[in-house]
Amino acid sequence: MALTRKQKRLSIIAVLGVVLALATTLILTALRDEIVFFFSPTELLERSELAGQSVRVGGLVLEGSWTKEGENNSFDVSDGASEVTVTYVGILPDLFREGQGVIAEGQLIEDGTFDASTVLAKHDENYMPKEVEQALKEQGNWQGKYE
Amino acid sequence: MSIELGHFALILAAAIAVAQSLVGFVFWRIGGRATAFVRQAAVLQFLLIVVSFLALVQAFVLSDFSVALAYEYSHTLQPLLYKITSVWGNHEGSMLLWLLVLALFGAAVAVFGRNLPGDLLALVLGVQGALGAAFISFTIFTSNPFERMNPVPFEGRDLNPILQDIGLAIHPPLLYVGYVGLSVCFSFAIAALVSGRVDAAWARWVRPWALASWTFLTLGIAMGSYWAYYELGWGGWWFWDPVENASLMPWLAATALLHSALVMEKRVALKVWTIFLAILAFSLSLLGMFLVRSGILTSVHSFAADPTRGMVILAMLAVAIGGAFALFALRARTLRVGGLFAPISREGALILNNLFLSTAVVAVLVGTLYPLILQAAGGPMISVGAPFFDLTFGALMVPLLILLPLGPFLAWKRGDFIAVIQRLAGAAGLALLLMVVTVLLVGGQVSLATFGLLLGFWVAIGAIAEIVDRIRLGRIPFGQSWRRLKGLPKTAWSTALAHFGVGIAVLGIVSVSAWETEKVVSIGVGESVTLSGYEVRLNDVQQIAGSNYVAERVVFDVIAPDQSVRSAFSEKRVYTASRQPSTEAGILTYGLSQFYISLGDRDEEGNRVVRVWYKPYITLMWYGAVIMAFAGFLSLSDRRLRVGAPKTARQKPKQQPEPAE
Repeated sequence: MALTRKQKRLSIIAVLGVVLALATTLILTALRDEIVFFFSPTELLERSELAGQSVRVGGLVLEGSWTKEGENNSFDVSDGASEVTVTYVGILPDLFREGQGVIAEGQLIEDGTFDASTVLAKHDENYMPKEVEQALKEQGNWQGKYE
Repeated sequence: MSIELGHFALILAAAIAVAQSLVGFVFWRIGGRATAFVRQAAVLQFLLIVVSFLALVQAFVLSDFSVALAYEYSHTLQPLLYKITSVWGNHEGSMLLWLLVLALFGAAVAVFGRNLPGDLLALVLGVQGALGAAFISFTIFTSNPFERMNPVPFEGRDLNPILQDIGLAIHPPLLYVGYVGLSVCFSFAIAALVSGRVDAAWARWVRPWALASWTFLTLGIAMGSYWAYYELGWGGWWFWDPVENASLMPWLAATALLHSALVMEKRVALKVWTIFLAILAFSLSLLGMFLVRSGILTSVHSFAADPTRGMVILAMLAVAIGGAFALFALRARTLRVGGLFAPISREGALILNNLFLSTAVVAVLVGTLYPLILQAAGGPMISVGAPFFDLTFGALMVPLLILLPLGPFLAWKRGDFIAVIQRLAGAAGLALLLMVVTVLLVGGQVSLATFGLLLGFWVAIGAIAEIVDRIRLGRIPFGQSWRRLKGLPKTAWSTALAHFGVGIAVLGIVSVSAWETEKVVSIGVGESVTLSGYEVRLNDVQQIAGSNYVAERVVFDVIAPDQSVRSAFSEKRVYTASRQPSTEAGILTYGLSQFYISLGDRDEEGNRVVRVWYKPYITLMWYGAVIMAFAGFLSLSDRRLRVGAPKTARQKPKQQPEPAE
């Protein structure tokens, strides 16, 4: 394989080009198909076509809405204008509380409830999920810092 | 009083850093006295920051709540260890730790770099000084850890419970050593571009620093992963959280840098690329700093920060990264292309390694920043999670792992691909055999995981095969092989070990991803749940008191398939000062596998929600990382790699004469 200097260079550049093209395709495909959108309860209820798709919903856990039966939890997430009932099987985070910010990831199912596979609450006392803050502001229910 | 002393020491350190960088940049050509000055300045700067850091530690240890930071994050009832670790369990204190490590590296370059050319050393320390000046000023003006409060509170507010763990003592310091160590590579790159001295010797000086940073980053990331795994109680070991990604990107870049610096050192090729990587690696660690400290993210790692800090960091980031890359663009074309090589050669293999690692960096970078950019541009709010990274990062790692064992077998300049395949045929066969045996034992079907196992075995066995091949085991008398084995240089061992560690980590990741089982149940005292042949019985509930918390401890008896019984303890703690709850998972290790018990709330009938996982061979991923780090230390201990070690006699005549004083 007696390649000239130019051919050696070209073959290396060709391999680089192919790999970069593949990587770009992968990243763009993944960005189209594998990202999860965030919605406030109001937005989620307006868009029933989202049913069955993996999305995030966030807001405040409505006071008095949290019920649990063994490992089955149910609570309402509200942005002040509308609320959506979230069901979750498992152990909720330590700092999950009624009246506080929460993000649930999962799917909206036919009957209008949200089946969560993951529930994220705050990590410490000074924490409010960014997305939740945004959702509350949009509904005009943001009252400065929630403690 | 001592707190003010610490504060003054920090201000003085900033002044010295300014002087260090000015003298370094203006008088680097002179060498000699200028070099002596910046070396002393670097050491002095380090000593002052030590004083400053100790002053803050003292305030925390003595619970001096007149210091605002100690009041916010400390408590008298904390055990001593956590009083100390609380120092960096917050933004301001962790900034000071970051500065301490930065100054430590500056001083280390000054002390160990005695044999470096004077002009280069002056420039390197000049850049370190500039970094020090910028970040010390940032700390003093926006994040002063020494602020006092009046009136003095009687009791502190205590640290976030999830941080009250041995992990805080280990994980941040390790990571910071890794992140900040890359600043030395960055400084060397700038110095090379300014002075035009870019040769094999440069790569030789940079490699130990890159290697040290990489080693500590490896340990830090693995430790962080294990900490998140046992502390957060979700049973996961990697969440593709933006901040985890922020540590992964410099690691990937440092890995690429290690390999390309090797090409530069041995073959004087890839010069421009190596310099680019050295700048990139530290830029990525600064980007991580921005992500964590600007408050644009919400994560376990983010500090409650005000936006001005974010803007200041962003500005410093723009100057450091923008300036470095501008300099790079200006000077890179003046670097001459080095040694030639055929596409199929050791150099070619290392280029592929760099190609896949750097595209992986891009994939992770896109996934991490895309949601932030989209949101800043007023687009929809999205999150990018595991599915994105599995598809992109995972797919890029596959060809890298397939090719990995081939690299060390290829000769420099021109390799014989067919011969390499022949020499590795045995390893490939053995990997295939091990995969088949494992699949038969597990009773699983052929799937993606089977292929993952094959990859892991292939990489691990390929690494051993390199050693076997080098000592010509079985091809020459055993005695001679043994002598060859003993004569192998440490670098050969460390290459093989590091690659072996990669294979082991892959095996752990694949097996836990594919064969993990879990169950969520609600059980009362005396009841049990069975998972993967293990029976978990809720045996007892006890009330216990720690020094600064009270807890309900649930005792589980776990009966393994071999009928052995062991106890696991899960706790629900409530911290006295903050009233914050925290859950401790019960974890039992069986060989290389683990059984993980997470505890939920009690319901009206007194039953407990319990989530149990069986995680087959999960510990392999952390052992793999530890093996990789050990390989890093082994290589660092090799005399031939030591910073500024005298060159071998053969090269001596070529050495430049020392500038006359």
